[in-house]
Amino acid sequence: MAGPEIKAPAFREFPTIPALQPGSMAGSQAYVASEKIQEAIGFQGKLDDDWQVTHDKAIAKMGDLLGKYRGLKVFMDSCVHCGACTDKCHYFIGTADPKNMPVARQELMRSVYRRYFTLPGKLFPSLVGAKDLTREVLDDWYTYYWQCSECRRCSVFCPYGIDTAEVTMAGRAILDTVGYGQKYSNEIIGKVHKIGNNLGLPGPALENTLEGLEEDVKDATGVDVKYPLDVHGAEVLLVTPSADFFAEPHIESLIGYGKVFHAAGISWTLSSKASEAGNFGMFIGNYDQLRKIALRIREAALELGVKRIVVGECGHAWRAAYAFWNTLTGIGAGANDPFAIELQKQLDPNYKQPSHICEVTWDLIQQGRLKFDKSANDDRIITFHDSCNVARASRMGDYAGGQFDIPRNIIKAVANNYVEMESSTIRETTFCCGGGGGVLTDELIDLRIKGALPRMEALKHVADHDGVNFMATICAICKAQFTKVLPYYGFNMRLVGGVHQLVSTAIKLGDEQ
Amino acid sequence: MAMIEVNGKSYEVDEEGYLVNLNDWNEDVAVYLAQTENVTLTDQHWEVLNFLRDYYNEFQIAPAVRVLTKAIGKKLGAEKGNSQYLYELFPYGPAKQACKIAGLAKPTGCV
Repeated sequence: MAGPEIKAPAFREFPTIPALQPGSMAGSQAYVASEKIQEAIGFQGKLDDDWQVTHDKAIAKMGDLLGKYRGLKVFMDSCVHCGACTDKCHYFIGTADPKNMPVARQELMRSVYRRYFTLPGKLFPSLVGAKDLTREVLDDWYTYYWQCSECRRCSVFCPYGIDTAEVTMAGRAILDTVGYGQKYSNEIIGKVHKIGNNLGLPGPALENTLEGLEEDVKDATGVDVKYPLDVHGAEVLLVTPSADFFAEPHIESLIGYGKVFHAAGISWTLSSKASEAGNFGMFIGNYDQLRKIALRIREAALELGVKRIVVGECGHAWRAAYAFWNTLTGIGAGANDPFAIELQKQLDPNYKQPSHICEVTWDLIQQGRLKFDKSANDDRIITFHDSCNVARASRMGDYAGGQFDIPRNIIKAVANNYVEMESSTIRETTFCCGGGGGVLTDELIDLRIKGALPRMEALKHVADHDGVNFMATICAICKAQFTKVLPYYGFNMRLVGGVHQLVSTAIKLGDEQ
Repeated sequence: MAMIEVNGKSYEVDEEGYLVNLNDWNEDVAVYLAQTENVTLTDQHWEVLNFLRDYYNEFQIAPAVRVLTKAIGKKLGAEKGNSQYLYELFPYGPAKQACKIAGLAKPTGCV
């Protein structure tokens, strides 16, 4: 919004733990979903007038989740408040609000869990820090479960392996059940079902945009690179975040995917039905939505008769694809309903299903099927920002850590100047961009700016010492978030871009000579 | 729902100040919405706003930033066909701020 004047926190000389500022982010709340948005995706429209009814529904839902997900129960029981996670969260580092310490964020739910689901909490609540669920507690849940990006950096440092994101997801699931949903995420989920993608881009607009891209690439290279839509019998179905069709710099990577397929001679298509890789069902911890959104991709694959399914540059989509598609939809082995079995017969077993676009490109590079003019990227000094869901919730290639190496290998194959950021801020301990997990919304801009602090500090270091002027990443949220917050830290918004944007710059299209 | 009042008429807007009913839009409303964004509308702004509305009428969505910059470049010359020019006109970003003033639905998702 045009408002003044949110300032980024100052860069710290030493990354020490901030002095606590209790309640500093209590007023930073995501907009609550309207009844219309809630009901469109099958949630209760708004909170019941009678608090007791809300209370009972929330506790019942919590019991339901604890019964269904053993992990959640273990996470509720096993925390010993050791504090190893406290200073690992970018939101705590940036905001200094103690409720943004992962342990404290979880405690919001854990104290209620103890009150209603453990014997000591039922009998002697004050002795064990057990709390009644009150309206104030529920409001705190809403505020602080929507100040978590589910990036799971804290979990890397937890000696018990507690997955804080699962707690956040459970919190959001309970809030949705009682009619207290978040506008940004739930509106987007409604659009996926109604229009086919998060953006709300209808088929004709998608077609128009892709035609425009073909013209642009032809003008720039003289080559007829195609960006095909709904082509039956194509070998590859590419599923990518809809931001790739719309936003800068996202669209530069889409151009790059098309050039890779063109140069390798692989027939491919996009789908107007599955014109979105993202799956916000995961962000709100709702299995039914997660599955329903994922099934669109199976339907599109079956209709189009493709042999391979490839996912574009989207962090959480790759987690959903890599970790959940197999049992949700039968892409990969797992589900055993008739449609999943049909799909598994259709897909080519010589390829990983699904594959990440980086795996496709890296395989082609290794086979010598792509040629590059690396000097075309010589104006760039590049670093790579690992996106949380790719780094900590998935893998690429056939060995542990492939998800870190493969994007870097591609960058080094297409460009000459590569610099790594500080080691505690990359790979499995990468910092979230500050906008992931369903908080990439304008009213949370203060949180987003503050949450970007640790990444901006690491970037500042390589920008000052090594002249880095391009931060590559493979996530639509990271790209949008950095484009917005970089200027607050004194950087040019164009400093962020995609890995396939770099590929696009350097690739030789074969028929151009 | 919040309301805004322009020239004695009331219009419904959402939490972020976007028009709820897109048919409510008129030039006076645009001037008002621009003021709330600290943008003073000039002929250059109107060229962008009019293109946005035409595109929206055809496709029910705002154009991709790239489509917009290309169209502006064709119409006004290559030196204006870039997102920097659009950011000068609409500092909070052409996609969201210009859409709001043009009375279009806000693009959602990872943008």
